[in-house]
Amino acid sequence: MKIGVVTFPGTLDDRDAARAVRFAGGEAVELWHDDAELKGVDAVILPGGFSYGDYLRCGAISRFSPIMEPLIAAAQGGMPLLGICNGFQVLAEAHLIPGALTRNQHLHFLCTDQPIRIENNNTAWTKSFSKDQEIVIPLKNGEGSYQCDDETLKMLEGEGRIIARYVGENPNGSRNLIAGITNERGNIVGLMPHPEHAIDSLTGPSADGLGFFTSVLTSLVSGGVK
Amino acid sequence: MAIIVVDVMLKPEILDPQGKAVASALPRLGFSFATDVRQGKRFEITVDGEPTAAQLAEVEVAAEKLLSNPVIENFTVRVEK
Repeated sequence: MKIGVVTFPGTLDDRDAARAVRFAGGEAVELWHDDAELKGVDAVILPGGFSYGDYLRCGAISRFSPIMEPLIAAAQGGMPLLGICNGFQVLAEAHLIPGALTRNQHLHFLCTDQPIRIENNNTAWTKSFSKDQEIVIPLKNGEGSYQCDDETLKMLEGEGRIIARYVGENPNGSRNLIAGITNERGNIVGLMPHPEHAIDSLTGPSADGLGFFTSVLTSLVSGGVK
Repeated sequence: MAIIVVDVMLKPEILDPQGKAVASALPRLGFSFATDVRQGKRFEITVDGEPTAAQLAEVEVAAEKLLSNPVIENFTVRVEK
């Protein structure tokens, strides 16, 4: 199974994301922001970093990169797509998922090992977890505060589309402790903390993050998403 | 040559931690006038000659598509005299 990892100018976590894919047993395929096609990949990860220097708004310029056009079309057709941190911001700017990520409420950049609870294990990226499983993965961001209007929040809660929530104190001011959400179909997931930095205990605080990458491989083997 | 100004502000219901930080810094400097501060962005777009209605309409589209995120922000477009 081929998992594409997109590198924008300013992306930082593409190498770790590719490593996580290989660790999980998949083949990582490098995709460049300027590519016009997806090189036959089965799923795509938009990794973290500061694409285009986070100028204008985080993800606002990357969202219009050439790679995004075929990527948006494929994801709307059901291809699994995971946006981590800056990738989550790109998904929000592309309106592939509702809401927006804004400046952390306390204005500080965060870098911490964060407990989160997986509340929806029916998406392409969370199948390997058990429902309400608590995991610890790194959280590092300046603009990770998830915001949306009341109606959207009610919809996300009602439809079980909040896939992960922060456990304990709210680290960044996100509404309802939201750490990650999914689209209606469950193939697109946006996640603020970083599973790719926690795939083995040698280099991360845990191996808990690996589940996101094994999930997508399992989903693909079992014939895609729903 | 004219300048088209696009002002982008967070919607009133969206928390603005930067504005809050500014609001709490003002009294520390002895300024007591502010009950609230909201911080936004201003774009100054230079065009040749007087902007046409078509250009202004295009700027509106660009403001909605790129300069602002309509999920969390509002914008206004005007021509600077």
